[in-house]
Amino acid sequence: MEKFFQLLVAGIAVGGIYAIIALGFVVVYKVSGTFNFSQGGLVLLGAFVTYQYSGPWGMPFFVALALAVVTLAGVAMVAERVVIRPMIGKPPFAMLLITIGLLVIIEQLVRSIWTEPGLVLKTPWGNDRYDIAGVTIRHADLWTMGTVTVLFAAFFVFFSRTDAGLGIRATAFDQEAAAAQGIPVSRAFSVSWAIAGAVAVVAGVMLTSRGGSALSPGLGLISLRALPAMIIGGLDSPGGAIAGGVIVGVTEIMAQGYLDNDTTGNVATIAPYVVMIIVLLWRPSGLFGTRAVERV
Amino acid sequence: MTVIDRTEFRESLPAASRLLPTRMSLVGLAIAAVLVVATPLVVEDDFWMTVLANAGAFAIAAIGLNILTGYAGQVSIGHAAFLTIGGYVVAYFGAERGWPLPVWLLLAALVGGAIGALVGPFALRFRGNYLVVVTLALLFLTVYVVENWESFTGGFDGASTNSAPLSIGPIDFRELSLFGKDFTREQGMFYLIWILVGATAVVARNLVRSRPGRAMQAIRDRDIAAEVAGVSNVHYKIAAFSISGAMAALGGAVYAVNLRFISPNSPIEELFISIRFVAIIIVGGLGTIHGAIVGALILGPLPELVQENIGVLDFTVPLLDKPFVGETAADGGVFTAAAFSEILFGVLLILFLMFQPTGIAGMSRKLRARLAARATRHDEARAVGEIADEGTEDPAGTTAHE
Repeated sequence: MEKFFQLLVAGIAVGGIYAIIALGFVVVYKVSGTFNFSQGGLVLLGAFVTYQYSGPWGMPFFVALALAVVTLAGVAMVAERVVIRPMIGKPPFAMLLITIGLLVIIEQLVRSIWTEPGLVLKTPWGNDRYDIAGVTIRHADLWTMGTVTVLFAAFFVFFSRTDAGLGIRATAFDQEAAAAQGIPVSRAFSVSWAIAGAVAVVAGVMLTSRGGSALSPGLGLISLRALPAMIIGGLDSPGGAIAGGVIVGVTEIMAQGYLDNDTTGNVATIAPYVVMIIVLLWRPSGLFGTRAVERV
Repeated sequence: MTVIDRTEFRESLPAASRLLPTRMSLVGLAIAAVLVVATPLVVEDDFWMTVLANAGAFAIAAIGLNILTGYAGQVSIGHAAFLTIGGYVVAYFGAERGWPLPVWLLLAALVGGAIGALVGPFALRFRGNYLVVVTLALLFLTVYVVENWESFTGGFDGASTNSAPLSIGPIDFRELSLFGKDFTREQGMFYLIWILVGATAVVARNLVRSRPGRAMQAIRDRDIAAEVAGVSNVHYKIAAFSISGAMAALGGAVYAVNLRFISPNSPIEELFISIRFVAIIIVGGLGTIHGAIVGALILGPLPELVQENIGVLDFTVPLLDKPFVGETAADGGVFTAAAFSEILFGVLLILFLMFQPTGIAGMSRKLRARLAARATRHDEARAVGEIADEGTEDPAGTTAHE
């Protein structure tokens, strides 16, 4: 039973990280109607940039984190301006394939820039842990859960109270109508990508810290697991992103804890996708998504 | 839903349904046939022979992907899964059991087709973005099965494909001997693979020029409208996935034989391979058979071209004071040759999507249309006794493809 609670806590924490990544996916999807596959690359880049600032360049951790957030927001905005903006109005698949191309480029750039193996991203909480009734809780997990709460609260306020946030929602709802109302649609694109870049840093740092602080080029691939999370939750609902994230995180960690052994191998890597397929077969629009109505 | 751009347009149904729609395509085919026959006679180098044979294997798989994406409008980033499946089929049944060439070829296609048919139903429920993630799931599931089903795949150790039988009747592609000339295994494989490219292309062309092809294109352009008009989404989406899977597995089988060995790729490598195929059909031209072949010929050998031309790319980068591209990580270049060619794939994919979404096939089509328009204008001008103004564009244009 202790093992169960242990895995549950870890699963919820991992799920929280997936929810953060999924948030990045959702923001871009809302505005452009396309899954942004390069999100995985942004998460990877975010973790390494934070390392670069805090490690070799010796900045205090939180300063490095803040600077990395600004950097990645900038990188994402530039990427949007250069390769995504010209594709507005073109078939959505073209945009999707472009984000896949971006993923390849960012992945290879990160692998080429930071070639040294075994780089470690030091966080203030490190690998400290509490013991509560036999269940070990890592500080990193508590930080993650706190961050998720704050981020989602901030997003709620952003989307319901600020002009930029309302502009994004209006653009997501109907680009032409939004433009006719004087909402700068292009700004909505920029802002949504900046947000995607910013949350990617947080997710990248949290993922790294959970995995024992060693930086891994595999982060991009792990981040793609937020896609099943987002799909399970339903694409257009931030609340769904949390639910989906936690479902995927808990399944993955439980699978790792109970099923992984020599004969079954690494079940955790496919568990999110299997859960996604099962949920999709049962509810094609996810758990909390709006049911799509198709017009002929 | 149109995927990227509308693709083929001919003036009439009979014209569109010919095996070779224009005189140019007959000429093109003849040139291609001569090239295939002549290349091994000219190229003696085993390395480049293998590279070109691999490009052929990619072409087979790319034709399959193009049927799925270019004609039926279903995007897949999991196509490497089918290649992997084909590879393991030949390792197990061909190399280990010694089943003859036609049998393992057929079996690879059958297994690929069956797996494709299993994925097809998902395309009925999910479209676009969702389906892309489902194909991603297929890719990761395949990697998982390959790593863990050791009795069939050899697990992480991989499996040899070297001893797979390569003879059909009196012809042995391993030690091919034609017209008194002996060929190496590499040259034999080149012939085998490019014959298969031809066969795949004919099957694909016959498919897309007949009823199923038109049905798939109707589904691509608007699947619900097609359904209402009596085109069964169930039939054709599953068929598209199945055929596409069969061709990709066939390509994967001969590719694995060419490599002599198959071992599990990491999930990210599989993803990159899949994306390479997407790049091949975009660069070559969506919704054209020859586009897939041209794309495979250009992008397939790219890693080897980078590797072999490292001398051009290893200039020292100012400021960083490192060579631009090093052969391996040990050379300390800004990029390794492998990373650099992956980046090239990504960049080419993006550039073509942005500036030439109809690919190379679209370029040549536009060029032909422009030449035809110029010829027509000349004739008309001569008829009314004036000289045609070469500078002005014909407003009606013969931009037939748009």
